[in-house]
Amino acid sequence: MTTDTKSPSTSTKRNPFADMTPARKYTLYLVAGLLVLSIVQLLEGTNQLTAPGTWSAALRLTVPIMLAGLGGLYSERSGVVNIGLEGMMIAGTWFGAYAGWQWGPWWGVALGVAGGALFGLVHAVATVTFAVDQIVSGVAINILAAGSMRFLSSVIYTPETGGGATQSPRIQDFIGTFDVPLISDWANTIADKGWFFISDASGIIAGLTTGVSWLTLLALSFIPATWWILWRTKWGLRLRSAGENPWAAESLGVPVLRMKYWGVTLSGGLAGMGGAYLVVVQAGIYREGMTAGRGYIGLGAMIFGNYNPFGLLAGAGIFGYSDALRLRQDSVHGILLLIAIGIALLMIVSLIRKNYQAALSQAVFAFLFFLWWVLTDDVPGQIVTATPYIITLLVLALATQRLRMPAADGIPYRKGEGH
Amino acid sequence: MKKFGLALLAPIIALAFAIGVAALALLAVGVSPVEAFGLMWDFGTTTTSIASIINRAIPLYISAVAVAIGFQMKMFNIGVEGQYLVAALFAGWVGGSIVVWAPLHIAIVIAVAVTVGALWAGIAGALKVTRGVNEVVATIMLNFIGFSVVGFFLGNFFAVDSGALNQSTPPLPESGQIPGLNWIFTTLGFTEPRGTELQGFLIVAILIGIGYYLLVWKTRFGFDLRASGANPGAARMSGVNPKKMILYTMLLSGGVAGMVGLSTMFGKLHAYTQDFPRGLGFAGIAVALLGRNGAIGMALGALLFGFMERSALILDLNGIPKEVVQIIQGVVVLAVVIAYEVVDRFIRARELKAANEATKAIGSNGQEVAA
Repeated sequence: MTTDTKSPSTSTKRNPFADMTPARKYTLYLVAGLLVLSIVQLLEGTNQLTAPGTWSAALRLTVPIMLAGLGGLYSERSGVVNIGLEGMMIAGTWFGAYAGWQWGPWWGVALGVAGGALFGLVHAVATVTFAVDQIVSGVAINILAAGSMRFLSSVIYTPETGGGATQSPRIQDFIGTFDVPLISDWANTIADKGWFFISDASGIIAGLTTGVSWLTLLALSFIPATWWILWRTKWGLRLRSAGENPWAAESLGVPVLRMKYWGVTLSGGLAGMGGAYLVVVQAGIYREGMTAGRGYIGLGAMIFGNYNPFGLLAGAGIFGYSDALRLRQDSVHGILLLIAIGIALLMIVSLIRKNYQAALSQAVFAFLFFLWWVLTDDVPGQIVTATPYIITLLVLALATQRLRMPAADGIPYRKGEGH
Repeated sequence: MKKFGLALLAPIIALAFAIGVAALALLAVGVSPVEAFGLMWDFGTTTTSIASIINRAIPLYISAVAVAIGFQMKMFNIGVEGQYLVAALFAGWVGGSIVVWAPLHIAIVIAVAVTVGALWAGIAGALKVTRGVNEVVATIMLNFIGFSVVGFFLGNFFAVDSGALNQSTPPLPESGQIPGLNWIFTTLGFTEPRGTELQGFLIVAILIGIGYYLLVWKTRFGFDLRASGANPGAARMSGVNPKKMILYTMLLSGGVAGMVGLSTMFGKLHAYTQDFPRGLGFAGIAVALLGRNGAIGMALGALLFGFMERSALILDLNGIPKEVVQIIQGVVVLAVVIAYEVVDRFIRARELKAANEATKAIGSNGQEVAA
C-alpha cells in the first residue's frame, strides 16, 4: 500500500515511507496497530480485542480462507481465473469428513486435498484444453461440486448413525494441537496482568501460540514456501510466465499448457485442504453449506493482497479477525472506533503524501464512523459480518491502480497461438 | 439453417452426457436408471407438476435474463443473488405497507424491486466505471454485503414481529397479490392442478423475455451492447461510450434481477420472509449458460431445471436419492459450455476451410486466365 509510485510527479517529493527498509516499515505498522487496539480497548472498557481467545479463534478462522486464497494464487499466477474455489473447497469438506471419519484426521486432510484437486483438474480440462471461458467454467464447477457432494452425502451418510443427507457422522478425533514452549506460558501470564499495551501484545501472542493445530502450522508454512517456489525457483518462473505472457513463454520452450494444468490442479488441492481444515480442525463434521462462501472470500483476500502470498495472508487475517470478533458479541462495538482510527491513519498518510482530495474524503469517513461509535452502544451483528466485504470493496476501489494482476490472467490460451 | 442445427446439437449432446453420468451414478448405488427416469417422467407430466414446473421456471428465467444482459457485453453479473434478495425485501416492505388500487399496487411493488435491484447492481457498475474494480469480485462482495443488509433491515426495521422464528415483512394486502392462472388448464380441457396455483407473474416473465429479445436484437442499444462485448475497440471507434455502456448494462441487469423474487412474493408467500427462496441467482447463471443467452433457449433451460427439480420429488418416495438431479444439473452446465466451444470451433474450422478452398479456386482460375 505504501510503496511509492514511480511516476515522476511523486518521486520528486520526498516520501518518508519510501526511505524506510521494509523490516522497519512493517515493525512500525505492527506497533502502531497494537497501540490503536490498546487505546480502543481502554476507551471501550473491554479486553476482548486482544484477548487470547479472540486471537486463537481468529487464527483458526483465517487458515481456511488463506488456503483458498493460496489456491487462487497458483491458478491466477498461471493465468487461469478460478471462481470455482468454492466448489473445490466443498469437495474438500466432504472428502475430508469421509476420510476423517473412516481412517482419522490426517487421512481427512489427504483426501480433502485429493477431492479438491480432482475438481481443479476438471476446471483445467475445461479452461486449458477446451479454452472455455474461465469464469463460466468456474461457476459450473461450483454447481457441479455442490450437487455431486449432496448426492454422495445422501447415498453414503444417510444410512449411518449421526449422518444424513446434509451431514456426515462425527469424525473420531481432531488434528493434534501444541503450545509453543515457554512463549505460550509467559505470554499467558503477562496477558492476565492487565498492563496497558504490554498485556495486550502478550494476549495476542498467547492466542497465537496456545493450542495451535499442527495443520495450522503446516498451512502457515505454505506462505513463505509459496513465495520461495513462485519467485525463487525455475518452476515458479515458468508458472508465472504462463500467466504473464504465454506467447513469449511458449516461444522460449516453456510448456505453457502443462504449467497451467499444474497451477489449476494445485489450486484445487489447496482449496480442498482449506475445506478439510474446516472439518478436521474446526467442526469435526461435514455439514452442507459449511464453507459459507469461503472460497469466494479467499479469492477476495488474494486480490486484496495483490496476488502475493504475504498480502493474501493479511487479507485472510482481516476476514478471520472480524469473524472472531463477531462470535464474541460484547466486543463488536469497539470495531467502529477501530475503523475510525484506521481511516484517520490513512488520512495522515494521505496528508504526508500531499494528496488532499483523498485526505478530505477519508476525514469525512473517519468522522462518520467516530460519530457512529459515540452515538450508539451496540452494533448489530450483521454489520460486523459485512465489514470484511466492505473493506475489500473499499480497498479495491481505493487501490485498484496499485493492484496488478498477472497480465494474461483470464485470457484463454491455445497451444501454438504465438507462432 | 445447418448452423442452427449444429448449435442445437451442443445442448442435446450435453444433456445426453449428463443423463449418462447420472445413470452411472444411479447404477453405482444399485438403482435402475430406466426405472428412476421413468418415474420422473410419469410424475413430471401431470398437470399439477406442469404448473409447479412453470412456477419454478419463472424466477429461474428472469434470473437468467438478468445474467444474460451482462453476458451480451462480456460482463459477469455474479451478483443477481444479492440483488434479488435486497430488492425483494424492500419491495415486500413497501407492498405490505400500502393499500391502493390493485394494478397500481402491483406496479409500485415491481417499480420498487426494479429500482432497488438496479441500484444494488449499479454500485458494482459505478465502481467499475470510476475506479476500475472488476465486476466479478465486486458483485461477489456485494452478494455477501446484501445478505447482511437484508438481515439487518428485516430484523431491525421491517419485520412485523422481530421476535418471530421466521421474521417477515407485513403481508401484501389483497390488492397487492396477483391471482393464479389455473383457469388456463381447465379452459384448454386439462384437469385442474391440485394444490398448486400457476402463478400470474408468468405473464410478466414472458413480457421480460420478449422485451429482452427486442432490446438486444432489434434496437440500437442492443447492437451497441453486443458490439461492445464482441469487439470493445471497434465499438468505441464507432462512437459507443464504453463507460456509459457498462453502467447502463449493470443497471439494466440489476433491474431485471430485482424481479426474480417477485413471482414467489405475488403468488405464494405474499411477503418477504426469512425463508425466502435462495440460490436463484446462481441457478440463473446456469440457465443462461444452458440457453446461451437466447430468449427461447433460456426459457427451455429454465423449464428443464424446473422439470428436474419437480420430478425429483417422486424419487424420494421410492427410496431413490433425489440428489441425482443435482448431478445432472451440474454436469449439463459444464458439458454444455464445453460442447458449445467445440461446436463453435468446428464451425469456424469448416468456414475457414471453405474460404481457403474458395480462394484457391479463384487463384487457380486467375492463373489459367493469365496463362
